[in-house]
Amino acid sequence: MEKTNNMTTGKVAGIIANLVFVEVDGPVHQNEICYINLGGIKLMAEIIKVMGTQAYVQVFESTRGLKINDTVEFTGHMLEVTLGPGILSKNFDGLQNDLDKMMGVFLKRGEQTNPLEDDKLWEFKPLAKPGDVVIAGSWLGEVKENWMPHKIMVPFKFEGKYTVKSVITEGNYKINDTIAVVNDAKGKEINITMVQKWPVKVPIKAYKEKPRPFKLLETGVRVIDTLNPIAEGGTGFIPGPFGTGKTVLQHAISKQAEADMIIVAACGERANEVVEIFTEFPELDDPRTGRKLMERTTIIANTSNMPVAAREASVYTAMTIGEYYRAMGLKVLMLADSTSRWAQALREMSNRMEELPGQDAFPMDLPAIISNFYSRAGFVYLNNGASGSITFIGTVSPAGGNLKEPVTESTKKAARCFYALSQQRADSKRYPAIDPLDSYSKYAEYPEVIEYFVKNIEPEWPQKITLARDILIRGREVAEQINILGDDGVPIDYHERFWKAEVIDFVILQQDAFDKVDASCPMDRQKYMLSSVLDIYKTKFSFETFEEVGSFFKRVINQMKQMNYSEFKSEKFNKNEKELNTIIDERKTA
Amino acid sequence: METKAFQKIYTKISQITKATCSLKATNIGYEEMAIVHGRLAQVVKIVGENVTLQIFSGTEGIPTNAEVLFLGRPPVLKVGEELSGRFFNAYGDPIDGGPEIDGEERQIGGPSVNPVRRLQPSEFIPTGIAGIDLNNALVTGQKIPFFADPDQPFNQVMAMVALRADADKIILGGMGLTNDDYLYYKNVFDNAGALDRIISFVNTTENPPVERLLVPDMALTAAEYFAVDKNQKVLVLLTDMTLYADALSIVSNRMDQIPSKDSMPGSLYSDLAKIYEKAVQFPDGGSITIIAVTTLSGGDITHAIPDNTGYITEGQLFLRKDTDIGKVIVDPFRSLSRLKQLVIGKKTRADHPQVMNAAIRLYADAANAKTKLENGFDLTDYDERTLKFAKDYSEKLLAIDVNIEVDAMLTACWNLFDKYFKPAEVGIKQEFVDKYWPKN
Ligand SMILES: Nc1ncnc2c1ncn2[C@@H]1O[C@H](COP(=O)(O)OP(=O)(O)OP(=O)(O)O)[C@@H](O)[C@H]1O
Ligand SMILES: [Mg+2]
Repeated sequence: MEKTNNMTTGKVAGIIANLVFVEVDGPVHQNEICYINLGGIKLMAEIIKVMGTQAYVQVFESTRGLKINDTVEFTGHMLEVTLGPGILSKNFDGLQNDLDKMMGVFLKRGEQTNPLEDDKLWEFKPLAKPGDVVIAGSWLGEVKENWMPHKIMVPFKFEGKYTVKSVITEGNYKINDTIAVVNDAKGKEINITMVQKWPVKVPIKAYKEKPRPFKLLETGVRVIDTLNPIAEGGTGFIPGPFGTGKTVLQHAISKQAEADMIIVAACGERANEVVEIFTEFPELDDPRTGRKLMERTTIIANTSNMPVAAREASVYTAMTIGEYYRAMGLKVLMLADSTSRWAQALREMSNRMEELPGQDAFPMDLPAIISNFYSRAGFVYLNNGASGSITFIGTVSPAGGNLKEPVTESTKKAARCFYALSQQRADSKRYPAIDPLDSYSKYAEYPEVIEYFVKNIEPEWPQKITLARDILIRGREVAEQINILGDDGVPIDYHERFWKAEVIDFVILQQDAFDKVDASCPMDRQKYMLSSVLDIYKTKFSFETFEEVGSFFKRVINQMKQMNYSEFKSEKFNKNEKELNTIIDERKTA
Repeated sequence: METKAFQKIYTKISQITKATCSLKATNIGYEEMAIVHGRLAQVVKIVGENVTLQIFSGTEGIPTNAEVLFLGRPPVLKVGEELSGRFFNAYGDPIDGGPEIDGEERQIGGPSVNPVRRLQPSEFIPTGIAGIDLNNALVTGQKIPFFADPDQPFNQVMAMVALRADADKIILGGMGLTNDDYLYYKNVFDNAGALDRIISFVNTTENPPVERLLVPDMALTAAEYFAVDKNQKVLVLLTDMTLYADALSIVSNRMDQIPSKDSMPGSLYSDLAKIYEKAVQFPDGGSITIIAVTTLSGGDITHAIPDNTGYITEGQLFLRKDTDIGKVIVDPFRSLSRLKQLVIGKKTRADHPQVMNAAIRLYADAANAKTKLENGFDLTDYDERTLKFAKDYSEKLLAIDVNIEVDAMLTACWNLFDKYFKPAEVGIKQEFVDKYWPKN
């Protein structure tokens, strides 16, 4: 990937939308980046196929006005991101241009901006000392980025072992200053700065091992944490028809999840939704640190009206940034909305290249592309023994809301948690509309995860979850019977069974993403509420008529919802709970 | 379409398909416009010296020796204050007999707004229609379609919304409009004395369908001129986007592209998003709001056109004929404005969200009661009351002929609550009940 002196150049030989054929005068390599010169504007493009002396490139911008014989310069490298302090709190486009540095209201073709700040001073503290033997990813020092210890590492491109010759003393430095000098095996001196580059399509592997995820990652969303938990370093996806709440759910997770860093990849979705993050995150507090949410967040915005090819790149840009922070021993959560748009970008290009289409005209290798991408997430032990993780949750927007389509099916094979949003639940405003029974978490079956629950939540937790699921299943069964036979066509205890499931639905599953308190529910609170609803389930009540059952449980639900809306164990919470107990006592049989 | 002296004229077409012509030509820009045999065309493919042109009005009758003249620029619109009150065709040429526009040329289909330069939409657009203002409030910078059956009066509702919305400019993009509907819009705008703030780009059913592909970009280029250069609040009406998408599929079929679902091109999502995402609130006060119409076939919203639209827009509005009152209403169940929470209870009275939810909940209870009735089960007293409430609610609020202010809508709701229910049955926060429940 080193630059050679004679860079290959080329000339435009054909144009079909953003697919351009370039006649080249020298060697090029697959995925190499080039710049097409359009009357002084440089359009960035990537080689996606080579045929003889013609390179097929996909242009990351509009090709309007491009002409045959326009000149092309190849760069010798693949699409790379710049890694270094200053990534946090930034708003990048899919190619890591800093959107805030761009001039004007409209995006200009060919405008590129520095993702980092060359002149900013960072407070550097050495972590390595002369004589240390280091490899790619070893920590040489750290700077404080917002509140996070940002490790300055041996560049990931370095191969083999190096010996530290010197590390600069504590002080303020710029990203391009040399902060360490190392010797390679042959004794050659190499200067290391705080910045490095890495090709986005290549996973960063600077870690020792990648065990199966085994810890819970709290999202603060009850139906996820309690019923379908995602593990730290795990993968999950949220398919759902339009308007069922994918974005609201992802935003909620991004606000509350117990992660050090959040990367939001807005991939081919609405600009106004990104604006919502821009507007809210600098104001909202991170519940765990009290800092502003924006301080731990990086946004990659390639909204639906931005160039389609860059949309595909955007998820890789986001993932690579995640891998960089994971190598610092941090807990990264990455969210992408929506991965279907990325798949569609692949489809548009594949069609233009007249490749043999797979199902629904998606490229044949779509499943492989998706599973490769998901496999970059994970919990890792770094070479120095520390651990880091990337938990990844993507949304999927299935055509016509039908889950039997290629993107959903391919993702289902790759992701371990499945959060199916149901149109029916969304229609009846039962948010988040995650179907509790169709959805699953494979992690909940991992023995190491179960062990983690037993140790960290409570010994009976796995049984409680199973019980809650059973109650929901039985509730659904009797609901069907009541529908067919009518309210008075079934025994009263059917109504009781139905309503006990409704209590779980209203109190545990449903959660108001727009309420300050209810929006986020920490694990100890989830545990408390689950115990409460299960206690109610186990309580025996007596009723004369089915109407009594309904109106009784409506009161129970209302009271418990009030609890959800109150600060945990606050006066208001306790008062509501007391009232709840009074209501329960009315119908309780000894 | 003036021509310049030095322009080279080609006369040797090598290939003609239903939608395209190809010829050998040099120094041609991608997406450049051309005139082929007097018809407008655009470059869609260049391979070496071979240039393929899409002919908007079709290739019928084009001879192989037709004159081909390249215009050296992509499609443009001349912009200026003079656009106001004028009617244009899909190419931006006047069709109202008035003079040519003498303004600055702007390329249509221009770049996107940098997302960090957008402002969060926050300005309420009152329309007087309670089915919209009360339950599905619209906000400047929003994009929202009517999902309507072809026989529903969506053009009337759109015209009404447009005239009542307090917009500085209303830009109509008509695609496949029947001549009657075109004249309807013209009349309504004229009668309202609003012509001077209305600009129309119209492709009627009498025009070739592929031409309509230019209409949204024309309308939105004009919109950007007024919203950015003049900081105005612009409302863009696009009707009917289904016919626009049909034109896309015609082109992609003729160009032998591999169709995806419902024989739509694989790029349908991106194509529609490019249009709808032009809706924006600018920091300097200007805004573009898009209200569109997507006609459904057989009410099927899983068809690729409404489906992709739903994934792009910020909600959707459904019209429905309420047979109980014999009027068309805005369906409160299936309609949704996703941006309403940015304004209701904030720009409108604080009780708005709760009143809205309570009324819809009671209306839903009425729907359940109705099902019970149809299935032969007995109704409770509460069921009976919800049914009566639903009829009044539909008549006084949901019907599209309602035209009142939001406060009056809220008052109407409170009066209906009082007429049929006890406060406990309505379930609104006590402080609002204390304040607004009618005291007799
Ligand atoms: N948890 C929730 N609480 C309350 N309302 C919600 C919740 N989730 C979703 N909604 C409502 O549903 C609307 C649509 O949600 P959202 O934008 O998340 O859908 P989506 O699945 O991302 O749709 P699309 O695929 O079109 O992007 C929201 O604007 C909001 O009105
Ligand atoms: Mg969404």
